Amino acid sequence: MIAKQASRLMLFLLLAPAILWLGLLIVLPHVEILVLSFSERVAPRVYAFGIGNYLEFFTEPLYWRTFARTAFMSILVTALTLVLAFPIALYIARVAQGRVKAMLLLLCLLPFWVSELVRTLGWMILLRETGVISYALRSIGLASQPVELLYNDGAVILGLVYGGLLFMIVPLANALESLEPAVVEAGYDLGGSRWTVLRRIVIPHAMPGIVAGCIIVFMLTVGNFATPVLLGGKNGLWFTEQIYAQFITRFNWPQGAAFGMLLLLLSSAIVWLGLRLTGQSLGTTLKQA
Amino acid sequence: MTLCIGSVMASSTDLDIVNVIKRFGAHAAVDDVSFSVAPGEFFSILGPSGCGKTTLMRMIAGFEHPTSGDIRIRGKSMIGVPANRRPVNMVFQSLALFPMMSVGENVAYGLTCRGVSRADAEERANRMLERVGLKGFGERRVTALSGGQRQRVAIARCLVLEPTLVLLDEPLGALDLKLREHMKIELKQLQGTFNTTFAYITHDQSEALVMSDRIAVMNQGRFEQVGSPRELYHNPATPFVASFVGETNRLQGEAAPVSNGAITVRLPSGAVVQGQGEAGGKNALAFVRPEAVALAQDPASLGNLPNRFEGRVSAVLFDGAASSLLIDTTGFEQPVRAVLPQAGPLAGIQVGAPVHVGWTADAMKVFAA
Repeated sequence: MIAKQASRLMLFLLLAPAILWLGLLIVLPHVEILVLSFSERVAPRVYAFGIGNYLEFFTEPLYWRTFARTAFMSILVTALTLVLAFPIALYIARVAQGRVKAMLLLLCLLPFWVSELVRTLGWMILLRETGVISYALRSIGLASQPVELLYNDGAVILGLVYGGLLFMIVPLANALESLEPAVVEAGYDLGGSRWTVLRRIVIPHAMPGIVAGCIIVFMLTVGNFATPVLLGGKNGLWFTEQIYAQFITRFNWPQGAAFGMLLLLLSSAIVWLGLRLTGQSLGTTLKQA
Repeated sequence: MTLCIGSVMASSTDLDIVNVIKRFGAHAAVDDVSFSVAPGEFFSILGPSGCGKTTLMRMIAGFEHPTSGDIRIRGKSMIGVPANRRPVNMVFQSLALFPMMSVGENVAYGLTCRGVSRADAEERANRMLERVGLKGFGERRVTALSGGQRQRVAIARCLVLEPTLVLLDEPLGALDLKLREHMKIELKQLQGTFNTTFAYITHDQSEALVMSDRIAVMNQGRFEQVGSPRELYHNPATPFVASFVGETNRLQGEAAPVSNGAITVRLPSGAVVQGQGEAGGKNALAFVRPEAVALAQDPASLGNLPNRFEGRVSAVLFDGAASSLLIDTTGFEQPVRAVLPQAGPLAGIQVGAPVHVGWTADAMKVFAA
């Protein structure tokens, strides 16, 4: 009996940090935000229950347009990251051997040893009007005056794809590595072209990895703040900026809370849709990631 | 010699390998190999692991390219033809079924690659599954099949394309013994009903002997001998073939001058055996099959045999019809292996019993070492 009780206590103690972590940092704030999002200010320091914050979102075009833009751009970034990461992951998983393979994965990881802010500043040094690329274009005569490459959608997409690449490559390489070489050879042997083998054998096999990578990259992108602000400037128009503005600049916490809930809803809905469309379950996908 | 057959009567062979060499760096994995396979033949390449047989097969399939030499299928050179354009299909060692597809889709895959319509491909796949005894399995997942069923899917997937040649890379290796024995017979029967040319590689001499019309014994990148299972077994051309194909007793000694067609070999102990063959140099290897070793309790009944020895049973290896005895024999370093008689006074012989062994000079093959 005592041994059983002791082992129970042990289990509880071991689980405590995780439970505290989830409870205090994730569940509790979200409940608080949910409650907050339904409260309207009726008089100074007087709040009442209401859906006004959500109505505000739909009546003010800036808000829902930014919201839609964030969703669309995030999907675009995820798709671009997938297209870029697939050949890299294929090379790491199927061609590279031993030390080269470890080296390549390390190279992908290397940029993450510095903070996101520093990495983004790096892009700014390259892209700004007085930056490296602008200077190079001028010195080889392709441009007659300084070129501003910052503060447009292209720069935002570039920064976000760069930030998401590793999180796409790792689950993809994992999934591709488990593909038996003989299965690919059999695909060719029975008359399949490169394209057929890719479409009917490699991609279906890698599907859990593809979905896992897409979910991670999409979530990271939707919730990113620094990259759109720094690389997009005023044209960044990312939904996280609206949340930031409500909480910090406007000091309108209920409005910010409503935006936060809407963003959570958006990412959940798109992930659910993605899983449904590809016929994957969350379980197999998480295993792959 | 095979080269002539290949070029002159191109249509009478399905596969011609002409002086093929494959080097990996300085090492020749396949070293100047030539042979031809006739239509409908079951041809096996038998050799120990690392002898180059897998490399040879992968060159025929198109996954490796010969350093020099030619590979012809129905007289057409395959050099420069990619794997997916060759009229050759392979059954892989791991079978390599497509786990992301159903059984029916696995079989229809090759047809759809050729541009056959989906409905037509499915119908032909179902007909093929019926012929290999898997009727109604089209919708199943390949992971839901037993070892033998997976085997049949792998073969059906090739045969549905009506290839000139089917390559089989030790496909029975992963099966348990009982199923392997069963699949040997089934494979041979399948090959007979479809009348397709099979090239089979294995390191298991029993698989090769049971199924093949002809066998090539391969060692260190070269063919030691090509012939029917009986030829290889009864008339091995080299010491390697003699020891690799079937059970045998191997004796090493010095060759003595030839007298009336027989060669005498003096063993290190001083004992002398007589055999048939050619011994060029001083050292010789002599082989005698266990079933050629006659046993007797009374030396008189072995009176007319040139090789007669006295021994004592050291082990009885009972294995039904394949049972054998190990006999410690005076003058021999290794115990002599003999077949355990199924009937008669010696059938119940026990360890430690004295016994006389003997064999004819014809049963003993002698090679220069």
